[in-house]
Formats: sequence, C-alpha cells, structure tokens
Amino acid sequence: MISVHHYLLLSAILFCIGIFGVLTRKNAIVIFMCIEVMLNSVNLTFIALSRHVGNMDGQIFVFFVMTVAAAEAAVGLALIIAFFKNKESVDVDDFNMLKW
Amino acid sequence: MEAILFYLTALVAIVSAIFVIKCRNPINSALNLVSTFICLAVLYIMLECPFMAAIQIMVYAGAIMVLVIFVIMLLNLGSIGKSSNSRGMAAGGVLAALMLLLTNAFLRRGDVSGTGGEVTSELIKSYGHTELIGKAMFTDFLLPFEIASILLLVAIVGAVIISKRDV
Amino acid sequence: MYSNLWLIPFFPLLGSIINGLVGKRIKSEKVIGGFATLLVFFSFLVACQNFFRLLGDNVKTHEIVIFSWMSVGKLQVDWGFLLDPLSAVMILVVTGVGTLIHLYSIGYMHGEEGYYRFFSYMNLFAFAMLMLVLGSNALVMFIGWEGVGLCSYLLIGYYIEKQSAGDAAKKAFVVNRIGDFGFLCGLFVLYWTLGSKGVWTFNFVEIAENAHLLETGGLVVTVVTLCFFLGACGKSAQIPLFTWLPDAMEGPTPVSALIHAATMVTAGVYMIGRMNILFAMAPSTMLTIAIVGAATAFFAATIGLAQNDIKRVLAYSTVSQLGYMFLAMGVGAFSAGIFHLMTHAFFKACLFLGSGSVIHGLHHAYHHAHLHDDPQDMRNMGGLRKKMPITFITFLVSTIAISGIPLFSGFFSKDEILWWSFGSTRGHWLLWLLGALAAAMTAFYMFRLVFMTFFGEQKTDARAKDHIPESPLTITIPLMVLGLLAVIGGYIGVPAILGGANHFHHFLDPVFGKSLHLFHIEAHGTHATEYTLMAVSVAVAVIGIFVAWVMYIKNPELPAKFVTKFAGAHKIVFNKWYIDELYDFLFVNPCKKIGTFFWRGFDVKVVDGIVNGVAWVTRGIGSGLKYTQSGYLHNYAVAMVVGVVMIVGFYVFG
Repeated sequence: MISVHHYLLLSAILFCIGIFGVLTRKNAIVIFMCIEVMLNSVNLTFIALSRHVGNMDGQIFVFFVMTVAAAEAAVGLALIIAFFKNKESVDVDDFNMLKW
Repeated sequence: MEAILFYLTALVAIVSAIFVIKCRNPINSALNLVSTFICLAVLYIMLECPFMAAIQIMVYAGAIMVLVIFVIMLLNLGSIGKSSNSRGMAAGGVLAALMLLLTNAFLRRGDVSGTGGEVTSELIKSYGHTELIGKAMFTDFLLPFEIASILLLVAIVGAVIISKRDV
Repeated sequence: MYSNLWLIPFFPLLGSIINGLVGKRIKSEKVIGGFATLLVFFSFLVACQNFFRLLGDNVKTHEIVIFSWMSVGKLQVDWGFLLDPLSAVMILVVTGVGTLIHLYSIGYMHGEEGYYRFFSYMNLFAFAMLMLVLGSNALVMFIGWEGVGLCSYLLIGYYIEKQSAGDAAKKAFVVNRIGDFGFLCGLFVLYWTLGSKGVWTFNFVEIAENAHLLETGGLVVTVVTLCFFLGACGKSAQIPLFTWLPDAMEGPTPVSALIHAATMVTAGVYMIGRMNILFAMAPSTMLTIAIVGAATAFFAATIGLAQNDIKRVLAYSTVSQLGYMFLAMGVGAFSAGIFHLMTHAFFKACLFLGSGSVIHGLHHAYHHAHLHDDPQDMRNMGGLRKKMPITFITFLVSTIAISGIPLFSGFFSKDEILWWSFGSTRGHWLLWLLGALAAAMTAFYMFRLVFMTFFGEQKTDARAKDHIPESPLTITIPLMVLGLLAVIGGYIGVPAILGGANHFHHFLDPVFGKSLHLFHIEAHGTHATEYTLMAVSVAVAVIGIFVAWVMYIKNPELPAKFVTKFAGAHKIVFNKWYIDELYDFLFVNPCKKIGTFFWRGFDVKVVDGIVNGVAWVTRGIGSGLKYTQSGYLHNYAVAMVVGVVMIVGFYVFG
C-alpha cells in the first residue's frame, strides 16, 4: 500500500534534484525550470498531506502556489529577455550586477 | 496495481527531473520538465484530486511551459558547450545530498499519521472534487483569491514593462 | 509724554531692513541714499522734539518701557529706553552728525560697488548706536554695544575685495571682543553682587539707586568698574587696546567719520558716564582711567607727529582725543568729558569728512590722469586751498577747534578737562602735564596736516594736478554745517570763569551731580591758577602751531634734516612705537602657535584621527564583507540553501 511517506519521499527527492540544478547550472532558463521542479515537489507535498489529513486547505494553497508560479514565470522570463537584450547571454555568471 | 503505478510514475518523474538538469539543450530540459509535470498530474489523480491534476496540466504543462519554450526559441538558445554548462558541482551536490538526508531523517523521525479530517474519499466521490475546491475557494479563501488576481495583474504589467524597456 | 521715543531707533532700523532687502533692485543711488538719510533725519527730528521737551521738564529722568523682554525669577528685563540729559545729548549727537554724514555719503560713495549695502550698514549702525545710548538697562545697551561692533566690522571691511580691509575688520572685531569680555564680566559680577544683596537688576536707574549696597572703594566695585573700563578700552581704543582704530581707516571715509570718530568710539566714555556712580565709588579705578586716558592722549599724539597718511593722522588724533575724554572721566569731570565728546564729534567728523573730500578730489584727478598714486598720502598733496576752498576753510576751522585756540569749541571742552585734571580732588598735576603736552603735539600735527595738505607748492603729479575739483554740494554742505558747529558748539558750555553760565554742565547735573556731591569730587583752586592754566594751554597750542609753521611753511627742508638728525626717534614714532609688532610678538604669534599646535597636534591627529579611524575600521569591515556581495546569483542561492539546510537541521536535531 502506498502511504503518504512515499509521496513525501518522492517530493523530497524532486526538491533536492531542483536544488542541485539551481546550484550547479548556469543557464538562467534551466535554473528557472529547476525552480519549477522545486515548486512542484512542494505542491505534491501539500496535496499528499492534504489528502492524508482530510483537509482542503492544502489544495487551496497549491492553487495559490500555481498562481505565484505563473506570475513568477511571466516576470522571470521577462527579466531573462531583458538580460539577454543587454548581454547577449542568459548565463548567470554574466549577471553580476546584483550588488551595491 | 496501485503500487506499481506509483513506483512507475515516480521513477519517470525522477528520471525526467534529472534529465531537466542534465540536458545541454534547454529545449530538451523543457520537454523533460513537461514529462515531470505530467507524472505529478498522474500522482494527483491517484491522490483523488482530479481538479488539481487538470490545472497542473493546463497551467504548468500548458501555459508556463509554452511560455518557457517560447522564450527559449525567441532567444534562439542552442545547446551550450560542455565546459560552460555547469559549475560548483561539488558544493551543489553536497548541499543537495545533505538536504535529502535531512528531510529523510525528518520523515523517519516525524509522525505524519494525522487526524482524519472531514474530507474523505467518500465525500469527494459523492460531492466531486471541483465542488469542494470551489466551495473552499469562494468562501473561506475569497480574499486571498482576489488578492491573487491583483498579483497576476501586477505580474502582467511588470512583465510587459521589463521586457519592453529599451536598455 | 515721551512715548514716541521708540521711533528714534526704529527709523534707522526700518531703513536698514528696506535697503538691505530691496536695495539691490533699486537702481537709483539717489533713492537709496536719500531714503537712508531721510530716515536718520526723521530720527533727528524726533530726538530734537524729545530733547526740547526734556529741557522744559522738571523731572529729568524718564524710563519708557516698550515691552517686556524676559522675566526670570526675580529678574525682570524690559525693552526699555532711558531718556535723561546724558542720553538726550547722545541721541542728538548721533542722529545729528549721523544725518550729516549720511548726506555726505550720498556724494562720496557715488559709483561704489554695493551702494545699497553701505547705506544699509550705516542705518543699522545708527540703530545700534541709538539702542546703546537709549537702553534703559545694561542688556539692551549690550545689544547696541555688540551691534555697533558688528557694523564697525562690516563697514571697515566694506571693500570686501581688499585683503587689508578684511584684515583690519577682523582685527577691530577681535580686539573689541576682548573689551566685550571685560564688559560682560563686569556686568555679571555686578549683577551677582547686587543680587546677593537682594536687588536682581540690570536697570541703570535701579543700579544707581542701589549702588550704596556696595562698599565704597571696596574690592567688588573696583573689580566691576575695572572690568567695565576694559570694555570701554576696547570700544574706545585706549591703551592697551587701541591698535585696531588706525587700521580701521581701511573703511570708507564717512565710516571713519561716523563710527571711528564721532559716535561708536565714544561709547566707552558714554558707558562710564552712564554708570558714573559706580566709578565714583572706586577711586583706584578712576585713577587708572585717568592715567590710561592721559597716557593714551600723549602716546597717540606722538605717533600722530610722523604719519604721512592723512587718515591715519586723524585716526591717532582721535585716539588721543578719546584719551582726553577718559582723562576727564578719570578725574571726575564727567560733564566735561561728555562735552568734549560732543565738540569732538563736531570737529573730528568735520576733519574726517574734509579729508574724505580731499581724497575724493585726488582720487578723481588720479583717475582722470590714469595714475595709481596713493590719494591718502599727504606727501602728494599741497596747495589744495585754491582748488578746494570750502573744504579748506571748514578743515582749517576744525583744526583750530581741535588745537584748542580760544573762541572755538575745542578750547572750552579741552580747557575744562585740563583744569579738572589739575584741580580736581581726583586729579594730579602730572596728569595735567601729560594733557598739556598732548595738546601741544595735537596743535603741531594738526597744523602740519593742514600745511602739508592745503599750503605750500602743489606736489601732486603734474598730469593730475589740474583736474582736482571741489567736491559736490552733498559733500560740502555737511562740511559747512559741521564747521559751523565746530566754531559755535562750545558756547553752550562756556565756563563760569570766562563769564559763561556753563549751561551744558547744569543740564547734565541730574546725571552726574549726585556722584560728584556724594563723593566730594570737585575742582578747587584759585581763579588765578585757572587763568594761568588756561594761558599755558593756549600758549602751548600756539607754540605747536608756530613750530608747524616754521617746519612746513617757512623752511620746508627742515623736517628732512630733523628726521636725519633724530633718525632713531623718528623711526620709532613713525613705526608707531612698534606696538603692533610687540602685540604680534606677545599675543598674536603665541596664540597662532597654540592654535597651530592644536590644529596640527590635536585636531588633525586626535580628533580627525578618531573620525578617520572609525571610517577606516568601517571600511576594513566593509572590504572584508564585500566578497559576500559578489553579485553572482549562485552565491546568493548557495547562501539561501545553506540557511535552509541549517533550519531543517535545527528541526531534525534540535
């Protein structure tokens, strides 16, 4: 029988893969996709626990996470386009203006 | 049967996720990500949340991924040379592994056999998942719902401004 | 009855504010100057009205409170004005001479940069001076006291582009500060001592009424009056604080006439007169004042003998005459001192304005001939009496007056002072001797000035000498009025011995009579002595004039011979006894060295060191921490993940 533990473990594995991607990849779009993986793993946790405890609130929260993810996708991709216009690159090592 | 389906889906999801970060070409990463999303949608169905599965497919695999692929193609990003593909493998690996170990330890240590709420399989089957979501959304969570709409509006405007700006 | 008294200082203040604020936009010089002059003239009219009212009044002391200034505990300080014979005389002198000098300035300052600024300052000065003489308590007086110092500073440094003018202004201000320090110290000691006896006051009338609480001749009253005298020394350029006044001649000539001859420098004399009861109670202070006054009169006169700058001669003459006034105050001849103050205001203002007229004419001529000679150097003058007849006559009249020739105003006042210094209960024949010698020298150097300037052959450069004009009417009218006053101004105080009634003395009696009476200060002696002294002082003046005539008219080569023969003495006198150098050596340079030490040693090393040290430490920490702010996304992501790991670790193991 598949228990909630299985879902949570799967979620943790996906989350760590996302972390690894974010920390190691250079391509901004790939990093963005890794963040989507992490968000999805969290969604999975929410839904699994929501079903486990028999409460709808977790699923409503997933809905809001999706909303934020959509907003993030719009703004993040716009930022990547703006960067690309500026630097002809989406390599995060070329973005070091995040200081001062 | 259910266990086989779960393990199969989980395996595909993990492998796809690994390929997301492994592929050199962002298009391949994106397609693998779609695969991960679909696997998660399958898992949502197995968790008796068909509405969530539907919007997972629509919003993630549909809207967001289309946007990502659109941007990749707009910027004409091909595959990148091996040398500059990634960096800090050791640090990333150590941190990710540490995270996994810790969450695993947390799972083993914690007791997640929570109290049985009012939302049971029978309730979902009799009522319908969408109705339950809608009821919660438009009663208890009406204000966050409205605020989310404003967030999306701001995001739309922000995206237009940022990408339009002449830099 | 005297309720319009506040108008007297108000008019000049109004003029100062209006000219200062909008004068820059007024293009017409006539409007600016006429407006300023008219307002001072209004003050003069109001002062006249009040003066005549007071003349016919039986009560001679009136205090008019405008409104309360501060009320602290038992201390009540008002914005109040005090009208008594002393302040009445002073406001007449200040507004009267002030009006004439304002009128003169319209012509003299023609075409100068910052015309409106000049008149704004002049009006402000008139306001401050009137506050000084009208203030009913020491604090209002002190406001005026500081105000005239400020205006003096501003006007000496009027030619802001000249380094020497700025230096002179600073010197005047700093030296005055020393005096102000004394004034304030005296005020505080007096306030505290009287307060400890139950009378907390700054009011002059109350101070005079309660002066008996202090011990006559005691330590307190001596210290207080000595402190006040230090203040008077600073303001009125007495030894040892006289060095600023000759330098103050850097200012425009009307300023020298109004501030540094007629009014401001006499503030010290006025102040002693105002507090005469305290001074009368301290015989040792009076003696100090008399000695300092006589010494200053003598000493400044010696310096005046050898100067070549026309204004500097007049400046030393002013210092010398101020010394006379202090001598008068010191021997108890208060009314004679004030009398001399008034006549001196007339003839010295006339002399300064006359010298200004000469400078103006020469400047004009040099400008016409494109020469850059010094228009103030008497060696470039000579024979001007034909070119500038009005200036010459008024100048000559005033010179006769200052030399103490009978029938002219200076004679009456100076002679009274000399008589008192000899015959007063607080006088001494040595004081008289110094005064008489100074009088002889005054006659000599003043006539030397006249002879060098107006007589003899014309030594002005040939290209310029035919272009020297007589000055315009705005300049000559004040000269004529002041010249007239220099002649007749003395007749209000003709002493009894010469058949006069000495109205001036009687008019001031309500102010000074009490202290003279209480402390038995009087001049006694036979008429024969008095006549003899008078004859001697006239004789020395005539001798002085005669010597000047011999040296500068009859044998013009004599001064040069004299200089070579007494080279050492001449050099010392010519260089003003090296007093400036001495002060530089004794005070200025050590102060500078201390200042430099604190600047280099303390300020730069310690204070700046602390500040810079803090900055260095902060910068060091910052430069260490800046590597955390690399700007690279990865570093931030790593930091975040490390944080998350730590938090989860805390949950797991904590």
